[in-house]
Amino acid sequence: MTKSIEVNELVKTFGPTRALDELDLAVATGEVHGFLGPNGSGKSTTIRVLLGLLRADSGRATLLGADPWRDAVALHRRIAYVPGDVNLWPNLTGGEVVDLLGRLRGGLNQRRRADLLERFDLDPTKKGRTYSKGNRQKVALVAALASDAELLILDEPTSGLDPLMEAVFQECIRAVKAEGRTVLLSSHILAEVEALCDTVSIIRLGKTVQSGTLSELRHLTRTTIVAETAEPATGLADLQGVHDLLSEDGRVYFDVDTANLDETLRHLTSFGIRALSSHPPTLEELFLRHYGDTEDGDAEVRQSRGEPASKESAS
Amino acid sequence: MKTLTGTGTLVRLILRRDRIRIPVWLIGLVFFALSSASGVQGLYRSRAELVTAARVVENNPAFIAMNGPAQALDTFGGRAAWEIGAFGLSAVALMSMFLMGRQTRSEEESGRMELVRAAVVGRHAPVTAALTVVAGVNLLLGALVAAGFIALDFPTGGSLVMGGTFAAVGLVFAALTAVTAQVTEHTRGVYGITGALLGVAYVVRAAGDIGNGSLSWLSPIGWAQAARPFAGERWEPLLLAVVVSALLVYVAFALGARRDVGAGLVAQRPGPPVASLGLARPFGLALRLQRAALIGWTVALFLSGLAYGSVGRDIEDLVADSPEMGDILTQTGGNLVDSFFATTTLMLALLASGFSIQSALRLRSEESSGRAEPLLATAISRARWATSHLTVAMVGAAIVVAAGGLGTGISYGISIGELGQVPRLLGASLVHLPAVWVLSGLAIALFGLSPRAAMFAWAALGGSVVVGFFGQLFGFPDWVTELSPFTHSPQVPVADPTIGPLVVLSGLAAGLVALGLWAFGRRDVATT
Ligand SMILES: Nc1ncnc2c1ncn2[C@@H]1O[C@H](COP(=O)(O)OP(=O)(O)OP(=O)(O)O)[C@@H](O)[C@H]1O
Ligand SMILES: [Mg+2]
Repeated sequence: MTKSIEVNELVKTFGPTRALDELDLAVATGEVHGFLGPNGSGKSTTIRVLLGLLRADSGRATLLGADPWRDAVALHRRIAYVPGDVNLWPNLTGGEVVDLLGRLRGGLNQRRRADLLERFDLDPTKKGRTYSKGNRQKVALVAALASDAELLILDEPTSGLDPLMEAVFQECIRAVKAEGRTVLLSSHILAEVEALCDTVSIIRLGKTVQSGTLSELRHLTRTTIVAETAEPATGLADLQGVHDLLSEDGRVYFDVDTANLDETLRHLTSFGIRALSSHPPTLEELFLRHYGDTEDGDAEVRQSRGEPASKESAS
Repeated sequence: MKTLTGTGTLVRLILRRDRIRIPVWLIGLVFFALSSASGVQGLYRSRAELVTAARVVENNPAFIAMNGPAQALDTFGGRAAWEIGAFGLSAVALMSMFLMGRQTRSEEESGRMELVRAAVVGRHAPVTAALTVVAGVNLLLGALVAAGFIALDFPTGGSLVMGGTFAAVGLVFAALTAVTAQVTEHTRGVYGITGALLGVAYVVRAAGDIGNGSLSWLSPIGWAQAARPFAGERWEPLLLAVVVSALLVYVAFALGARRDVGAGLVAQRPGPPVASLGLARPFGLALRLQRAALIGWTVALFLSGLAYGSVGRDIEDLVADSPEMGDILTQTGGNLVDSFFATTTLMLALLASGFSIQSALRLRSEESSGRAEPLLATAISRARWATSHLTVAMVGAAIVVAAGGLGTGISYGISIGELGQVPRLLGASLVHLPAVWVLSGLAIALFGLSPRAAMFAWAALGGSVVVGFFGQLFGFPDWVTELSPFTHSPQVPVADPTIGPLVVLSGLAAGLVALGLWAFGRRDVATT
């Protein structure tokens, strides 16, 4: 399987801030890859390095087999980009911006442009400043999706889109995937990531903390169990991998590491199960585990680096 | 009044945001005024010398057009007030304009005002807060200037009025900017309109000062000069300035109450749904983005040229009428008309540098607003993107400089019935073009090497202006004077054009551009 994006031990500092701290990222050609992490964790910075807008301090980044800094121009013909904060020229219309960005990339597909304008319900005659936030975002999306680029790099592309437009966006990305093109999708909307992505990477404080397919990630985390037993269930707390145990009126509620699921259930059945419900971790829960207790986690990482307590102070 | 709620907090916010900017303006202007004043004390050793020098000014409409009416020039105070003149008062107006525009329309355009207005803040509070601060700055400036003059042993009454003229002009332009900030949606537009009105104020009083003086009453700068510091002071004109300022503030409030946050008075119309073919290249975009500025500056320079050209005729008449002028002619060692035009073409070239720097710095504003990012993520190299705006800056500078020369040549040529003056004065203007290019080159070099320092290109222009017009008064050492690229342009039409310096200056400009492009290619694209 060839890789469209390969990043190894990438480091980028802004003065005292270590925005990327030996980050790793691998995106296989043809997949839609979710890129997740709390605010300020370094997603946009990684993307800017991949676009050759920022120069990495150390580490290696390879994009479509080339160096994003040295071969920026040649690479950009094969890439489409949607920035997280879309700023339009106040005196250019949305239609003009779509055309401009498309042409500067080396041409855009007129039929697809018209089709996208219609599906996203975007008025191309409005001037930059008069667009609403969501509509500004749509201008950048139409410009990117109307291209034939083999790699789409999208930085929170749907922030501000309404649910209807979100659905249109998801359809478009599925079509892109069906054509065998690759997508790197940074997003905070987990439902979107769950619906679209084959694989995801989760980063925190500039480091990759998890990466793999969604089912692999699920396996690494916990299943929530609610059980009603004939006899009061005891000894659960001593089992390995059981967390947040709560018993009440003959019911037990707990989370269990997926790796310990089997033995835990075996133990539970010995008390005579009357009712059982279990659900696999939602993506939400998965992230809360990785992002969550950020306070402690961040403090730990910082301490080991000898950094001051707050990271976002300079913005 | 509920519409003013929150003004106090906003005043503190502005003072915090501009805690460097305000002192820099104040120190710069006070230093300029006081060093001019002490320069006068140093340059003329006796009353007799002042009288001789006064005669030169009184007989020369060109000097009057440039600085202001000859009032009590045989006194040190009168001479100092004249030297600072319309020029110094215009600088105060610029300070007010920039400080106000930055805190009003620029905040709205960036969307930050929305955040502020959503808090417990009245509708008029932002404008009122900005006005309070800028008015305070102007009053402080006036007080400092007055105190400085008194400390330099100038008469107290005149010193106070002198300070008053600074404050008065500053107030009027602060209030005027409050109005223009309501009218147009973009900060650039605010500066464009207010700057144009300042130009009109300057030219109208020039025409009035040469004529019978009545036109000067249409100009705030004229009011300041009608207060006659050190020449039989009168406070009434300053009072007029205060009244007009109050009226302008009222208009600004009335307009502000009628419009939405972020909007101007004119609603945006829809535009073309597809891009024209011109927009297919970065240069097309750069031209489109800078078109309005280029046209505005070209027209402004052409009109200023027309105004200067028409004064040339008056000088000629004077020479013909007064035998006394013969002496002066031999003293200055040349043709008085030509030396006048050598000065005005320099002045126009310095003005044109305003465009060339602004245009080159467009790269920086595109970058910091984040609009460069999607472009640089397309198949456009950084060098190509930068070159697109650079081309507009360099070619545009040539157009703007030429417009000034053409204006001068056409109106002077027509007034004396000799159209051969058109190419002659056009050439005299274009001689300064390489020096103008050096300043855009400097802006590009700073942009590449240290984007946050790019604004210092304006300081280089300020330095060139001071060296060009006040060098003699301040008695700078040669090496300081030679820092200004304009010092090296041949003084055409007084002197013959020489190719050498022009080649060197052009080469320097090219080198600075190359340095800037090289450095930009190696650094991060920064949105901050
Ligand atoms: N130009 C810069 N100068 C200084 N610090 C910067 C700069 N750009 C980013 N940073 C810092 O680098 C870190 C990573 O920022 P980045 O924008 O990559 O985060 P992000 O993951 O995209 O966050 P979000 O989800 O909020 O978009 C932050 O701490 C940010 O403050
Ligand atoms: Mg981001």
